[in-house]
Amino acid sequence: MAPLLEVEDLRVEFGRGPETASVLNGVSYHVDEGETLAVLGESGSGKSVTAQTVMGILDLPPGRITGGAVRFRGEELLGADPERRRLLRGESMAMIFQDALSALNPVYTVGFQIAEQFRFRRGLSRRDATARAVEMLDQVRIPNAKQRVKEYPHQFSGGMRQRAMIAMSLALDPELLIADEPTTALDVTVQAQIMDLLDELRRERGMGLVLITHDLGVVAEVADRIAVMYAGRVVEHADAATLYARPGHPYTRGLMDSVPRVDDVAGAPLRPIPGLPPSLAAIPDGCPFHPRCAHAVDRCVTEVPALRELGGDHQAACHFAERFVAEGTDRPTTHEVVSG
Amino acid sequence: MTELATSPAAADEAPAVEETRGLWVDGWADLRRRPRFWIAAALILVLLLMALAPSLFTSVDPAVGELSRSRQPPGDGAIFGYDLQGRDVYARTIYGAAPSLAVGFLATLGTMVIGSLAGLLAGYSQGWADSLLSRIGEVFAGLPFVLGGIVILTSLNEPGEIVGAQELVFQVVLTIVVLTWPVAMRIMRAAAIETAQQDYVKAARALGAGPFRIVLRHILPNTLAPVLVYGAIQFGVFIGAEATLSFLGIGLRDPVVSWGVMIAEAKDRVQDIPWALFFPAGFLVVTVLAFVMMGDAVRDALDPRGR
Amino acid sequence: MGRYTLRRLLQLIPVFLGTTFLVYWLVWGLREDPFAGKCGQRECSPAFRAALTERYNLDDPLIVQYLKYLGAVLTGDFGQTFSGTEVSTLIADAYPITIKLAIVALVIEAVIGIIAGVVAGLRGRGFADTLVLVSTLFLIALPVFVTGLVLRQVLGVDLGIIRTSVPANPSIGELIVPGFVLASLSMAYVARLTRTSLIENSRADFVRTAVAKGLPRRRVVGVHMLRNSLIPVVTFLGTDIGALMGGAIVTEGVFNIRGIGGLIYRGLQQQDIATVVGVVALLVIVYLVANLVVDLLYAVLDPRIRYD
Repeated sequence: MAPLLEVEDLRVEFGRGPETASVLNGVSYHVDEGETLAVLGESGSGKSVTAQTVMGILDLPPGRITGGAVRFRGEELLGADPERRRLLRGESMAMIFQDALSALNPVYTVGFQIAEQFRFRRGLSRRDATARAVEMLDQVRIPNAKQRVKEYPHQFSGGMRQRAMIAMSLALDPELLIADEPTTALDVTVQAQIMDLLDELRRERGMGLVLITHDLGVVAEVADRIAVMYAGRVVEHADAATLYARPGHPYTRGLMDSVPRVDDVAGAPLRPIPGLPPSLAAIPDGCPFHPRCAHAVDRCVTEVPALRELGGDHQAACHFAERFVAEGTDRPTTHEVVSG
Repeated sequence: MTELATSPAAADEAPAVEETRGLWVDGWADLRRRPRFWIAAALILVLLLMALAPSLFTSVDPAVGELSRSRQPPGDGAIFGYDLQGRDVYARTIYGAAPSLAVGFLATLGTMVIGSLAGLLAGYSQGWADSLLSRIGEVFAGLPFVLGGIVILTSLNEPGEIVGAQELVFQVVLTIVVLTWPVAMRIMRAAAIETAQQDYVKAARALGAGPFRIVLRHILPNTLAPVLVYGAIQFGVFIGAEATLSFLGIGLRDPVVSWGVMIAEAKDRVQDIPWALFFPAGFLVVTVLAFVMMGDAVRDALDPRGR
Repeated sequence: MGRYTLRRLLQLIPVFLGTTFLVYWLVWGLREDPFAGKCGQRECSPAFRAALTERYNLDDPLIVQYLKYLGAVLTGDFGQTFSGTEVSTLIADAYPITIKLAIVALVIEAVIGIIAGVVAGLRGRGFADTLVLVSTLFLIALPVFVTGLVLRQVLGVDLGIIRTSVPANPSIGELIVPGFVLASLSMAYVARLTRTSLIENSRADFVRTAVAKGLPRRRVVGVHMLRNSLIPVVTFLGTDIGALMGGAIVTEGVFNIRGIGGLIYRGLQQQDIATVVGVVALLVIVYLVANLVVDLLYAVLDPRIRYD
């Protein structure tokens, strides 16, 4: 059976001529029903552009899709009829954004914006749609939903706004939810609540969840599988436990080493990844990560590493992936990261 | 420790200067690519030349009228024709540039200087000075422009009084400045408030920089752009305002030769001497257009949001 | 909302007092002899002077004169002209036509301005956008009296489509060309404001959200983009009502419309100070009230303002 969502060799460029930026250079990943795929990477790695291309909300121009495929339940979406794609949005796939304050329209009440979908996609009357909006707010555990449905986004706290955003995205009961950095703009305590809520809703509804984030802590908690992106490519992919225990790509390892851990000896230095992500208008030859890689050799400068199969649905795009996997890390397992 | 010792000083100096310089350099690079900017600049250059050295364009005295050639249409000798008093319309149009531009320049200067100072004071001090200045500004802004202009200009001169050219120009400039400075103040005030809330200004203040230094080094460079753009557009609008007041018979008048004066004289004889109206009106429109275009181009270059 | 209204209303009072006093001082206080030139070439007779001095309280200090006048205005008495006509009668005769003209102008600038702005803003770079930008540039550069004179000459004299002089009680149709002239500048601003605001909003996150929700394009544009974009436009139009009511002096002059602008203009030329002060006081009130209404409208349109 075809996976719920399948992205294959997706390529997107921005701009023209010498200033052309290759934002996606062959991204592939897939999500099945009821599972969570975490897409991990620094800003500019192409996480959000991939998501927007999947949803069909990428601005074209300036963006340009130059190749690849996006399939939903086996149906090719790139080049499909725009009306068909519109009907898929909300109904089959939905998205929540990082900054709920700017993602909600400031001049309409929260209830209006949720009810809108019931009115214009389900043909419900204003009154019935509002009643459904109250139900949705209840489901995302917004207290006193009957009153709050009449309030404007700026009257909500940050966490409540993100809950309202989630309620809105789930209104039409989609099978796939893409969450683009849903907790980045929130306080740490609220982050955990939102992640718990998302995880719970996913389980209840059997949805597929694409969780875009740069936060390893968030990933460890909920992800079934993880795709690590760098410079518009997926450079490593594995289930969460494998990735934590035996990363095959030095970039993945670098990401882990640059985050403080509870079991670190006090005073032990962090090891940040040196340098900056490459400019997408001038991606280095060979392995795009080689200028920042401590293990780079001549081959890395000249030859682009392909995604290598490492066994057990684990792939990494590094010439020496097997070596890194064999070395493993001194990391505890995923579970220990979370509870420790 | 060296890290900590140098970084506050850097916060004091670098960001404000760097940010502004970046804005101007980027703005200029953008401006150079806009044809609108070059057309406007060329027009303004020619107009300036006309105002500063009218004798380069014509050797005819604009004030001399020979009734024998009254109402002669454009033709040999006078390409724009003659007006009712037999004066050369071309020469008068050329000489009309100077007072028009002078009013535009002085009124823009006055509005921007007074408005900016008031706006900086109001925006930086906030508190009672802000409230007071804002209310005073509203009092003057409460008068619609033409209405206010008429009231002020008719009050300045007793009926039938003969007033010299320089004093007339001064009165018109004064009127425009009095009625428009609140707008410049509002723009400057908004920009100053926004800038004062920036972290580098707070940092400078926390480090004990005095108010003069903060305003001069941090706030002014970042608030200048919107006021300058306003000024460039208003330069053109003020030339139109002078013409409007002159058209109503209360702005400039004989012996001053300005486009507004010429239009006012010609408006009741449009049927038989249309050229006496057409040429000064054409020059007026092109001049205002040049300055508005300039302001437009500068704004687009400095404010990337509108692109 | 109630407190907000009250606060704005209270803020208007000093502005009203300041503006009317400013005008009062300009027309009464600045003159050495308010009767200069009133009686032709001769000096005015002592009896006439005494009567007028009495009527306008000229023996009192300026501030007292002003307060007495203000008291009268607030009870609806706008005073009398030198020749004894009630100023309120003059206003009542002239104001309906001015209001009519203002409404025609407002409708023209709102309809044409918004449509032009929406077309330019939605289509993005292209012919329509360039056309709107260039034509608004010209409208901004054309002083109102030039537009008026040219249209009067071309449409009225050369083509004979309209009358060069608008009759005393004109129909809406007869006011369209003057209304267009009066509206031309604001129309350009409305078009540009709509365009800029639409372009800014089209990149807003909440518009992307509306698209991601799978709403029809018509609804994304009409409900999520336009509503937000029109907030500044409506504000501008509201402020402009106040200006249109008092700023029609030039247009009324060009087309010979006997409205409030002409009344002030004639009042000043005939040195009829009482008329001027009375009309200006009224116009200032209209202007300020229009601004107040705009403020309140703004609070209704943008819920974020209400709770500041």
